[in-house]
Amino acid sequence: MIDQTQEDVLRIEGIAKRFGAVTALRDVHLHLQRGEVLGLIGDNGAGKSTLIKILTGFIQPDNGKIFVNGREVRLRSVPYARSLGIETVYQDLALVNELSVYHNMFLKRERLWGALLLNNGAMRREAHEHLEQLGIKLPSVNIEVAKLSGGQRQAVAIARAVSSDAKILLLDEPLAAMGAREGAQILDLIRGLKEKDVSVIMIGHNYVQVLEVCDRINLLQHGEITFDKPVTPNLLEEINEIVMREYRTSKVSHGQTT
Amino acid sequence: MAEEVLPETAAPPINLEPAPEKRAAPWTRIIAIFLKQREATIAIVVIALVIYFQTSSSAFLTIDNIGTLSQVAAVPAIIAAGEVMLLICGEIDLSVGNVYALAPFIMYFGVTDYGLSLPLALVVALLVSALVGVVNGIIVVYLQVPSLIATLGTLLAINGITLTISNDFPVGTPGPGTRFAGVFGHDTFSEIWWAIGIIIVMQIILSFTRWGLHTTAVGGNPLGASEVGVNIRLIKMSNFILTSLLGGFAGILEAFLITSSTPDQGGTNLMFTAVAGAVIGGTALQGGSGTIIGAFLGVLVLSLLNNGFDLIGVNANTFNIIIGAAILVAMILNVRLQVLRKAGQQ
Repeated sequence: MIDQTQEDVLRIEGIAKRFGAVTALRDVHLHLQRGEVLGLIGDNGAGKSTLIKILTGFIQPDNGKIFVNGREVRLRSVPYARSLGIETVYQDLALVNELSVYHNMFLKRERLWGALLLNNGAMRREAHEHLEQLGIKLPSVNIEVAKLSGGQRQAVAIARAVSSDAKILLLDEPLAAMGAREGAQILDLIRGLKEKDVSVIMIGHNYVQVLEVCDRINLLQHGEITFDKPVTPNLLEEINEIVMREYRTSKVSHGQTT
Repeated sequence: MAEEVLPETAAPPINLEPAPEKRAAPWTRIIAIFLKQREATIAIVVIALVIYFQTSSSAFLTIDNIGTLSQVAAVPAIIAAGEVMLLICGEIDLSVGNVYALAPFIMYFGVTDYGLSLPLALVVALLVSALVGVVNGIIVVYLQVPSLIATLGTLLAINGITLTISNDFPVGTPGPGTRFAGVFGHDTFSEIWWAIGIIIVMQIILSFTRWGLHTTAVGGNPLGASEVGVNIRLIKMSNFILTSLLGGFAGILEAFLITSSTPDQGGTNLMFTAVAGAVIGGTALQGGSGTIIGAFLGVLVLSLLNNGFDLIGVNANTFNIIIGAAILVAMILNVRLQVLRKAGQQ
C-alpha cells in the first residue's frame, strides 16, 4: 500500500517514554514520507503530545531510534531539532499580539541593516512574499496580530514555520480555535505545503477534518500506533468502529473495577 | 491508493476574512481612537497647558523659567526611558530613585577618599548603578521574585547604603566650575540635552533594534517568545541594568547642576513621577506596548503642572492632591483600555 520507493524524511523505531510510573509511549513505530501529510489521532492521554514533544526536541525518549532523512539523530534540544528542519506550530501559536505580522514572522531571525538596526523593509517584503507563495491573503503584513482572526493567526504561524525552512512540520491541533469555513481554508493551506516539499504530521481531534487533508492516518492508543492506513473513502467508518470498540472496552473494564 | 482521494494539488488563494469587529460602546470607541494617537493626544495636552500657564502668568515663558522647567522635566524623563523598557517587558523598578541618590555619593567619595580622577569616579558610580540593576535582575529573573516586591527590597537596602556611607550628611560635588561639570549637568540646558539625546537613542533602540523588538515580544507573550527562542532572561536583565544605569546617570547630572547631594533626594517621588509619566504617555501597565517619546511627553505634562501651579501660586499640598488624583485616573484608564483591547480580540 505504501510506496516504498519514496524516501522517508522521518522514521522512528521503538520509541518509549515513561514519566515515573506512567508509561506515556510504549513502543512507537512511525514513518513520514516526503511531501506526505500524516494524521496522528488518538484519545486524550494516548501519548500524542509526548510524541510531539520528543520530535520537537523538548524531551528525550528512554528508548528507540529516530532517523531524519535516513540518518540516525538524537534530538537533544529544540534548536537542534529545528536545525534539522523540524518545526512545530503549537496550539498557542506563539504569536505576539502587539507585534505586526512581519515582525512575528521574523521574530528571533530578524533581517538586519548593518549590525544593529532592523531591516523592516526587507522583512515586510519577504513576509509578503512568503504569504503570497502559500496563497495566504491578509489585509497587510503591517497589521498587528491582535487584529487577526483565529484562522489568519494559524495561517501566519504556519507561514512562519514554513518560511524558516521547515522540512518536517508538526501541527498541534491546527483547527482547534476556528469555525468550519476558516478550518477549510487552513486545510487548503496544509494541502498546498506538499508543493513546498514540506512533510506534515498533523494532530487532530476532529477525524472528519483530519481525513479530509491527510494522506495516511496513524492511530495512537495507549502509547502504541495500533492502526496505520492510507486514507480511503470508507476509512472514517473503520476508525469510528475502532474508537467505539475502545470506548466500550474501557466502559466494561471500568464497570468491572467498581 | 491514497492518491485516488487526493484533491488537486494547486493551492487556491486563501481569503481569510477578518473577524467581524465587535461593536464597542461609543465611549470606548472614542477612547480607542485616542489610544491609537496617544502621542498626539498627549502633545495636545502639553500645548494646552503651555497656553494656559502663559495666559495665567507672564513669567511662564521667560528664558529663566524655561530653563527651570527643562531641569524639572529632564531627570524623570531620563529615568522614564528605562522604566518604559522595563514596563514593556512586564517588569518595574521601584529602586531607581534611590540609585539616583546613591550614584553622586559614590562619585564624591571616589574622588575624596580614593583619589580617583573625576571622570573615573563618574564611571565607577555608573558601574555601581549598573550593579544594582544586575542584583535586581538576578532576584527577579533567576530567583523569580515579582519585581514589585524585589525592587521594593533593594530600594530600602540602597537607601540604607547611601545613608551609611554619607553618615546622613550632604556632600558637595567635585570639580565645581569646570567644563566637565558644565557638560555633565551644571550648564542650564545640559540636563535637557542629555535627556533628549537619551530619549532619541532609546526610542531608536525600542523601535528599530532586536533588543526593542524582543522586549515587546517578552511583555506581549512570554511563553510564545520563549517557544520562538527569545532569551527572556537576557532581555529582562538588560532592561533592569539599563534602568539603574540611567537612574545613576540622572543623579550625577543633578549633583553637578545643584553642586551638592543629599542622601534623601530622588527616592520614590522621582521614581513615581517617571512611572506615572510613562503610563500617561501610553505605556501599558500590563506590558507589551509603550513608547519612550510618549513617556517623555507624559513627564512633560507632570512637569508643566508642577512648574505652572508653582508660578500661579497653588499651594504645594493642594498640588499633591490634584496630581495624585490625575495620575490615578491615567492609570485606571490605562488598565481599562488594556482590558478592552484584550476583550476585543476574543
